[in-house]
Formats: sequence, structure tokens, C-alpha cells
Amino acid sequence: MTTKLPAKDVVIIGLGWTGSILAHELTEAGLDVIAIERGPWRNTATNFAPNYAQDELRYRIRHELFLQPAQTTFTFRNKMDQNALPIRSWGAFMPPNGVGGGGVHWNAETWRFLPSDFVLRTHLTQRYGAKFLPQDMSIQDWGVSYDDLEPHYDRFEYLCGTSGTAGNLNGQIQPGGNPFEGPRSRPYPTPAQQQPFSHALFGKAAAELGYKPFPQPSGNLSQAYTNPLNVRMGPCTYCGFCEWFGCGNYSKASPQTTLLPVLMRKANFEARDLCEVTRINTDSTGKRATGVTFVDASGNEYEQPADLVILSAFTIFNVQLLLLSKIGTPYDPLSNKGVVGRNFTHQTISDVESFFDKSKFNFNPFIASGAIGMCIDEFNGDNFDHGPHGFVGGGYMGQVQTGGRPIQTTPVPPGTPRWGAKWKDAVRDNYLSALKPGTGVHGSMYSYRDVYMDLDPTYRDRFNRPLARITMDFHDNEIKQNAFLTDKFAEVFHAMGAQQVHKIYRKAPYDVTEYQTTHLCGGAIMGTDPKTSAVNRYSQSWDVPNLFVMGASNFPQNAGYNPTGTLAALAFWSAQAIRSRYLKNPGPLVHA
Amino acid sequence: MSTSAARVSLVALLAWLMLSSSARVQGATFGASDRQDFAQIERGRYLTRVADCVACHAGADGTPFAGGRPIETPFGMLRASNITPDGATGIGTWSDAQFDAAIRGGRMPDGSRVYPAMPYPYYTKMSRNDVLAIRAYLNTVPPAHHEVMSNQLPFPYKMRSLMAVWDALYFKEGEFREDASKSPEWNRGAYLVEGPGHCGACHTPKTSLGGDELKHAYQGYALQGWFAPDITDSEDVGLGRWSPTDIVEYLKGGHNKYSAASGPMGEEVVDSSSRWTEADLQAIAEYLKGLPAQREASRPLAGGDPVMTAGAAIYWDACSACHKADGSGVPYLFPDIAHAPSVASREPTTLIRVVLQGAETAATDEEPTGPQMPAFGWQLTDAQVAAVVTYIRNSWSHAAPPVSEREVRAARTSLALDR
Repeated sequence: MTTKLPAKDVVIIGLGWTGSILAHELTEAGLDVIAIERGPWRNTATNFAPNYAQDELRYRIRHELFLQPAQTTFTFRNKMDQNALPIRSWGAFMPPNGVGGGGVHWNAETWRFLPSDFVLRTHLTQRYGAKFLPQDMSIQDWGVSYDDLEPHYDRFEYLCGTSGTAGNLNGQIQPGGNPFEGPRSRPYPTPAQQQPFSHALFGKAAAELGYKPFPQPSGNLSQAYTNPLNVRMGPCTYCGFCEWFGCGNYSKASPQTTLLPVLMRKANFEARDLCEVTRINTDSTGKRATGVTFVDASGNEYEQPADLVILSAFTIFNVQLLLLSKIGTPYDPLSNKGVVGRNFTHQTISDVESFFDKSKFNFNPFIASGAIGMCIDEFNGDNFDHGPHGFVGGGYMGQVQTGGRPIQTTPVPPGTPRWGAKWKDAVRDNYLSALKPGTGVHGSMYSYRDVYMDLDPTYRDRFNRPLARITMDFHDNEIKQNAFLTDKFAEVFHAMGAQQVHKIYRKAPYDVTEYQTTHLCGGAIMGTDPKTSAVNRYSQSWDVPNLFVMGASNFPQNAGYNPTGTLAALAFWSAQAIRSRYLKNPGPLVHA
Repeated sequence: MSTSAARVSLVALLAWLMLSSSARVQGATFGASDRQDFAQIERGRYLTRVADCVACHAGADGTPFAGGRPIETPFGMLRASNITPDGATGIGTWSDAQFDAAIRGGRMPDGSRVYPAMPYPYYTKMSRNDVLAIRAYLNTVPPAHHEVMSNQLPFPYKMRSLMAVWDALYFKEGEFREDASKSPEWNRGAYLVEGPGHCGACHTPKTSLGGDELKHAYQGYALQGWFAPDITDSEDVGLGRWSPTDIVEYLKGGHNKYSAASGPMGEEVVDSSSRWTEADLQAIAEYLKGLPAQREASRPLAGGDPVMTAGAAIYWDACSACHKADGSGVPYLFPDIAHAPSVASREPTTLIRVVLQGAETAATDEEPTGPQMPAFGWQLTDAQVAAVVTYIRNSWSHAAPPVSEREVRAARTSLALDR
């Protein structure tokens, strides 16, 4: 039996970054908002207090902050002619769960995409000609520009207190910042974090090679900060436990440390945790959402009617819920028709391990933060001439090592036995003088016709709903890109004085068991044409205008940066359109 | 909802309306106040906030003023009464004179004595006009039919007649008299602190019978597992280092650059002082800054003391990430325990408790963050807690007697915490 709840103005599915931003913006507009979150409530002192948050076994190895595959998972295959199988332990990416979502466990690397990233197909076609792009590459323009999003990037950075050095202030290139970034309207709210030894050394070597190194923009704050909502944050302690961990010091930007304290005080906001939305309901025309159906931890089913539905879950679950709710035409790679599930992408990450003379170098690698590091952007996006290289795309690269955690920070030179006394000796000898940046080369992954999401024909979840199925493999373009970038990256470590540099290229086939990043993108992409995009430039569903879809599932392809800054900017951009236009005249904001 | 269900609940609603209105007609007199005297009611609403009536008189289900909240006293349990204007179970039939006699005289309408858990020894300083304004406001809240058995004390305390002796010993009836030699602000502050604000109810030490030790007024008192700190102008353990602005910020927002309100004071800030006027908070600050301090000469423990050495190591491991190596914390976020005066309070009750159990701080419109102190009781032994608390109480500007393992064990037991 389904209990029908009193109607709300807005129902939000998933209370992570974008759900929190929309909840804040729409409650400010006076609307009555309920957010429904699959995972538990989480707060700093109870759930990631500094006296136990730094537990690598509990959080990194046993994945405590993440969704558990026993609750729900997805199936995976590389190629369309293979049978997909369910994932039973997370690998290449980590589906978040719980209040705060990925904003709890992220590293807080707070990037903006390049202006050319938003007009990618137009830009690359103009510069290199249409034939330069691989035939099955399905990249698109976003329908929204960097200039559209600049004020919203700015809002997010000031909400978070982001620490960084501006590279381009209103068109003026600034010393010490990223000269390739789009113009920003004002400096970062707080100065860049102090760089530990190895990170600073990378910056020095990169400068000597003629690059323009700059500190990675960080949501681990260099100093105490009070955001525009008067929520206070503390300075980062460089404990080196950010990614996979919650921050116990109120110093990593998250919904908990920036928005939720204000949101939870509002009488027109309500959050329900441990409740999973099973479908978005539509009326008989299928063109209007009437609310959602969800199930609580006791197995009771509820219907929550609402005038406006915000779908703000993680990428995979956004796409799955659209497919299960029969909203939008499912993508079919054979006919190249349909939209929901198309242009699904991830990231192309590779790394370099380098070994230095331990009598001369002591890096103290445990002194770090999630978004620490010196980076270069010469090989990102279209910042360099791809003509001679035969591929498109790129990424930032840098010494961005986030810590020296005991279980996984055991770099040993190639040729070392994998266990036993010799391995132990090598770990001891190299711990302080070896470097392993983690996501050293942070390459883009562009979209392809045969990389997509749909519903699995075989495997079902606890509600008897089909699991999401991912079909994903690397294409030659990304493999070439990665080889080029990894070689460039390794040169910097040689210049730093490394005795041995071990390049770990990203290779095909795509391996779903090895962690890269959690930056899954696409599947419900934005664009200008309802035939090739699921949502318009305001993240509004083309098919159901009172449904807005948030997050990286909007990205038509993934750039060579971490996605959070951009997906948060899109959330503010969408919220502004809802507040200034949609609420006055509910209906499509773009007429195709 | 089906039509028949809707009809049933409509009938029920009508029946309830008829019953409750007939009860009003027959039972309630509402005193003499005019229920549309806006100015008086508004003043009463504000004074009800200042007196923080709802802190005790909330209903168990949260219904304001419906009563029933248990009040733990050293003598047993009381339950706050229903002060809504319900005729049968509230104060609807009381005359204004009866209401005034209860608030300022400690007498029930039947002549029996009120227990001093109700702070009439402070409210007696209020003016009759202010008390009647509170009455006028209470007349406007929805009547709640809610029977409360207030007196749940054991023998002999359950005999209200005993309170005649208590009143004779400790109750000085009489309105606040202005001191013409002081500023109007000081006088307003004195009125608020001594009268409706009833700060001494927690912050003034009590005799074994629960009466105020007036010669130590506002020098701090342990109750309900917390230590309400010294709020005199003492440099060491009171508000001596705080500017009037620091005091106003603390009462308004729950946080200032030194300290954060948690526990019962956190509730007070959220329910009461965060909603006082700026002028009243300034007046209170002026009055508190004038309260004479009693110097207690404590000498800090020597740095080489083994307990201090252990405490310093634990502090470095467990506390310094937020409170910093030098104890300075982060203003308005993590208390500056190098300078927060309550750290070296006469009794370490609060410090032990907060280390064992953690604490939520007040979240207010001014300071919405509401940062929390995590619990360490599951992690540190009694001896370790004693060492780190001793270290904090004898470092930087502080000096206080060492805290024993036994005190920590007792606190752990009373908080029902395991390790």
C-alpha cells in the first residue's frame, strides 16, 4: 500500500552538492521543499570526527562512506556484444551515498572548465576540420557558455571558500595562476594552500621546463573562512585524509560545512534520509511530473506529490531513474537515436611513480590535502596544437599527491618482489623519497557512439527494477592522448631529480576494477537539440518541463578537470533560471 | 483521503471545537487582560522569551507551555505545570492577582507554596506590570488540555508546607529597586539579570538546601552534569577578559572569539537570549562587567609534572587539530581554550563532560554553523581524560587543581557512557 503524503512545491531526489544548492535556492524563493536521500544523515562530529576519520582501512579499503553494492549496483561490459555482469565491489569509481553525497568524500579540487570546453565540437571543427575527429566520436557543444557560467562558478567558490591563485582576472593574466583559465570576475576567496616540499619542487621543475605552474584550486582551506551565508569553516591541517574520507576539521567544503547548517534551520525545508526514490511519477500525458514514489527503511512505500521535481542523484542513478520512469527516449546506439543514456563518459587517468635519492630527498608525503598540488595546464583541452599528434583532448597534470596513507602508499621501484622481506625493505627505503601523485595526469574522456548507459536485460535490484548497465571502453583517441600526456608528465619528474621514473599509462580495455576517479559524466546530457540531448541549457527535461536534472550527467563529454566546480555552477545557473523565469511562467524555458 | 474518512475527521474536528469552546466559556476567565491589547501582549511575549518560560513549561510533545517537562533537582523530580489558559488543567481560571502571587510570591491560588525550581526568588524582582504583560501574552496561546502532576518529589520534600521554612531562609520577596547612582543601562541590565533573566538560578552557588549563597553570587555552580561558570568580572575564571561586545555576541549568537554555548546554556541562547534586543544585551553586558570578582589564587601545576607531560601529549594528538597547538582555536568556530575562562572553572564538570561525550554548540541566525565537539570517551581512558583536562586547566593562562581519574569515572558513570 502506498501512503500519499501532502503535496510539496518541490521534491529533490538526492541531497548531495546539487540537491543542497537547489534546496537552498528554492527555499530562498519561498517554496516548500522536501529532499529525499537514499543514504543516512551525516555530520562532522558524529560521522567523521578527527579522532577516527583518518582510518584508511575503514574508509578507503572498506568503503564506509559509499553506497554498498548489496543495496544496489550496476552491470558493466566493455563492448556491445558482451554480456554485462553486476559489480559486487566498487573499483573504477565510487558511487556516493548519504547526505552530502560525493561532497563528503571528495578531494575538493575545485576547477573551472576551459571556455572552449563548452563549445567543443564547434571549436575543434573550426580549428582542425571535421575530419580530424574520429568518426564515432559524439562530442557536442553544451548550449551554455563559460561566460554564462562565470557568475555561478564564482558563487560556488565563494560558498566553499576555495583557496587558489587567480590566473586570469577579467582578462588580465596574473602571475602565479593558471594562464589558460577563462577570465574570472574576482580572485579566489582565500589564498592558495601552502605547498609541501614535493609539490613545490614539481612547480619549480615545471617552471624550469618553460611551463606556467600554479597551485591547484582547493576546497581544503588555507585559512579560516566565513561564507556569504555566515557559515564558518576552519583552516586545513594538512592531515592527508580527504579523498574517501569526511573532514573532521570543518575545513573541507561540503554541503555539511557550507549549506546544510542554514538549510536545516529553514521552516520550508525538510529532509528524509534512508529513503530511496523508486520512480518519478508522471501524469497520463507523460509530459508532466506529478512527484515521486519512494520507499523508507521499513519498506513502506510513499507517494510524494510535488509541482517541481529536481533529480540530483549521482550520474548513474539519475540516468537509471529517467529510464525506469520512462522519461525521455532511451538511447539506442545502433540507430543512434534517443537521448537518455547517450554520451556517457568517465576520465582518462594515468600516473608516474618516481624514486629519488633518499639521502637527499625527504618528502614527508603524509603532509598533504585532497586538493594540494602544483599543476600545469599546457596540455589540457585545446591549450596546445593537436594537429601533429592525431588526437584531441587533454588534461591538467601535476604533483597532486594527497597524502602518505599507510596501507596504499607503498611505492617500490620496478623489479621489487611483490611480497616478503625484500618488499618490506623497499617500502621502508622509499616511503619518504618516492612520489606517487594518484591522479597525476587528469585527462579528458570524450564521448562515443558505443559508450552509453541503458537498463540491464537480466539483473534486477531489490525492488525488482532492472539495474543500470554501463557499456564503456577506451577509444584510440584517449589512449594516444594519455601516452602523450604521461610522457610529458614524466619529464617533469626527471627534471626534479628523480633517479627512476616509472610511467603507468592508461590502457585499453577500460578496467572497471581499478580506481580512476568518481567523475562519471553524461547520460542525461544538455544541449540545444532535443534529438541529441535529454535536457536544455537550463538542465530542464525537454520532455517533462517540471523536471530538472542536475549534476555531471548533464556533461555532453568530460573535460580534463574534476567536475564538481562545473556541476555546481550549472546548479546555480539552473536555479537562477527557475527562480527568475520558470516560477513566473512554469513551462519549457527553451522552445526547440 | 477518501470522502468518508474526510467526513469523519470533519465531524471530529467540529466536536473538538465545540467541546473546547464550551470549556472556555465555563472555565476560563483569562484574568483581566484585554486579548487585543497589542502593546501589552507584545511586551509580554518578549518578557516570556527573556524569562525563558518555555524552557521548562514546554509540553512533552513540544506544545509550548503545556507543561510536563521533567525538572531534575537535587531533591527529586518535578514536572513543570501547564501554563496555557486551559480552564481545567492550565491557568485559565486564575485571576491576575493569583498569577502575580505565583510568579512573584511563590504562592499557589490555594495558598500552598511553589517549589523554587520555579525561579520566583528571581521573578519577585519583576514589576507587576511586567508580570501582567506575561499573563496577557499567555492568555493568547492555544489552551492545551493537559493534566500535569507537578509534584513527584519523595517524602519529605513532597510536603509543600516545608517550603515555608525554605522561603523564610532564602526568599526575599520584593521588586527590584533602581540604584540612582548607576546609569539607566546598568539598572536595566541588573533588572534583567536578577529578575526575569534569572541568571543566578544556574550561575550562583547553592546551599545544601538549594538556596542562593548570596555572598558568592554569580561565581558558578554545577548542576545537571554541567558547571554554569562564573559570570563575574574575574580575569581567571569569569568574564574579566571579555569586552561588552564579546558578551553580547555570546548571548546573541552563542559564539564569540573565546567560547561557544553548549548544553543548558546552548538551549538558553537558542530559546531565549538570541531573541533579546540589542539594547537589553548591551545592558546585561554592562551589569555583568560590574559584578565584583573574587580572586581565587590557584597556582598552575609545574610543566614537568608527569600528568602534565601525559596531558600535553594527549592534547597534541587529540585536540590540537582544531584548538591549535597554542589553544587559540578558530574564532567563532573552535573555542579559544587558552583564554576561555570557563576552562579553569572551580569545578571541572563541563570540561570532563565535553571531552567524554562531545557537545553540540548553539546554532543561531547570527551563527548558524553550530560546530560540534566530537566525543572522546570511547577512545581515552579515565586516566587519559584526567591528564588532558588537567593539562588544559594548567596551561596558557590557566591554573586549577588537578583532575583525578576518580572524578572522570564518576562523570562517565553519571553520563552512562561505556568505554
